[in-house]
Amino acid sequence: MSDDVAGNGAQGATGTDAVKAGLARMLKGGVIMDVVDAEQAKIAEDSGACAVMALERIPAEIRKAGGVARMSDPEMIMGIQEAVTIPVMAKCRIGHYVEAQVLQALEIDYIDESEVLTPADEASHVDKRAFTVPFVCGATNLGEALRRVAEGAAMIRTKGEAGTGNVVEAVRHMKTITQDIRRVASATPDERFAIAKEMAAPLELIEWVGLHGRLPVVNFSAGGIATPADAALMMFLGAEGVFVGSGIFMSEDPPARARAIVEATTHWDDPEVVARVSRGLREAMPGIEIGELGEGGLLQTRGW
Amino acid sequence: MSAADARRPRIGVLAVQGAVSEHEAALADVGARTSRVRSAADLEGLDGIVIPGGESTTFGLVAGESGLLDALRARVDDGLPVLGTCAGMIMLASGIEGGGPQPLVGGMDIVVRRNAFGRQVHSFEAPVDVPALGDPPVRGIFIRAPWIERVGPGVEVLAEHGGHPVAARDATRIVAAFHPELTDDRRLHRLFVEGVQERSAGTEHEEDTVVGAQ
Repeated sequence: MSDDVAGNGAQGATGTDAVKAGLARMLKGGVIMDVVDAEQAKIAEDSGACAVMALERIPAEIRKAGGVARMSDPEMIMGIQEAVTIPVMAKCRIGHYVEAQVLQALEIDYIDESEVLTPADEASHVDKRAFTVPFVCGATNLGEALRRVAEGAAMIRTKGEAGTGNVVEAVRHMKTITQDIRRVASATPDERFAIAKEMAAPLELIEWVGLHGRLPVVNFSAGGIATPADAALMMFLGAEGVFVGSGIFMSEDPPARARAIVEATTHWDDPEVVARVSRGLREAMPGIEIGELGEGGLLQTRGW
Repeated sequence: MSAADARRPRIGVLAVQGAVSEHEAALADVGARTSRVRSAADLEGLDGIVIPGGESTTFGLVAGESGLLDALRARVDDGLPVLGTCAGMIMLASGIEGGGPQPLVGGMDIVVRRNAFGRQVHSFEAPVDVPALGDPPVRGIFIRAPWIERVGPGVEVLAEHGGHPVAARDATRIVAAFHPELTDDRRLHRLFVEGVQERSAGTEHEEDTVVGAQ
């Protein structure tokens, strides 16, 4: 947190918890779309995306290409920032402080410390409290989500299994977090000590969840969402919004699918709207059965 | 519904996307009933409406497609009281400076600049003096916030920050560039809901007069 004098001369405290978590609150109910260039970013914005995620290759392409996946070229990120007025997010590798600092220097609106990229540190994530820019991090259960929040994450997204077009892991992670929260909420104060130990999460945050019955920050869903019905399903399961990675630009008609997923996310509890927007979208991205990936092919097990 | 409930104003919150539940909580705290507005039909029976923070481009597209935007514009032009914060303020402006065309509700005689304070790294919080709300100053949370470039006659500036108007009102509309719904301070929501109640009371009075004349 610091006093900002650069931002058009308006003085105030930047990087406070309220300011960082507040942007995630403004994204609620929306769709954040992966884009690889300015043209895709424009399509996303014109389809009603509430933010875009700038990255060099969408997760399905990263899977195909193999090798080490890193932060995107700043020039490509800047091109996307120029093209749209909605918030622009970008990914850094888990534990890669300098990639995160570079993204902050580029004035990215949110950093995704992401398992989709190859981790730079297998033991520790970035200490996100030291940054002015807010971070979003992936989680597969409540303990993992609260460890990220303790490190300073201002937003959580369930990991799912990126680049597969298969929603099954996103469902698993969302339901796990919901079940974990229910368990903490119904636990007695003494049981919460044991739960904190078991989930490897700070006791204070476990107690906060017990008191409020929800995560301390906004929780989106990600990883494998490919259709309007997938997006609506994740909202039905309690997601506060969705990330769509490969699902849009790997499909046959990206603008129509992007538009339909936005509508389905707003009107997730109105099946007639979901039915109407799902009509005639042509082929979705080809999906991958999770079992075919094997242990080594899973991105969700990166990070701890 | 009890008689007491019937007297509580019913305030809709535009729920295309954005910080909807935060406004619902704030409105409930000041005694309003709330409902979510996602389609034109949801505007029925409202005494007032809140347009929350979120992405104004998303609001315009999604609400535009379903006919909600036109219906909302008609109601607001017709005097439905409205409170807009951040993106909500942009939606109510009659124009946007330095930005491309985008669908708006419009109708308020102000011109705004989107993301005027800069990108998220420049988002900030600071005390904002709002004389209409009395002491102490409001904790202003500004997130990729707009400011007001120009106000027309009939618009009262409620607050300034860094030399720019950041809150204003006219006869039926209140707008703020910051987010009182992210704090525990309910004074701006109370000001809005009291205005809605006064207006409803006035309307009922007029109806009484008409009945009496017959």
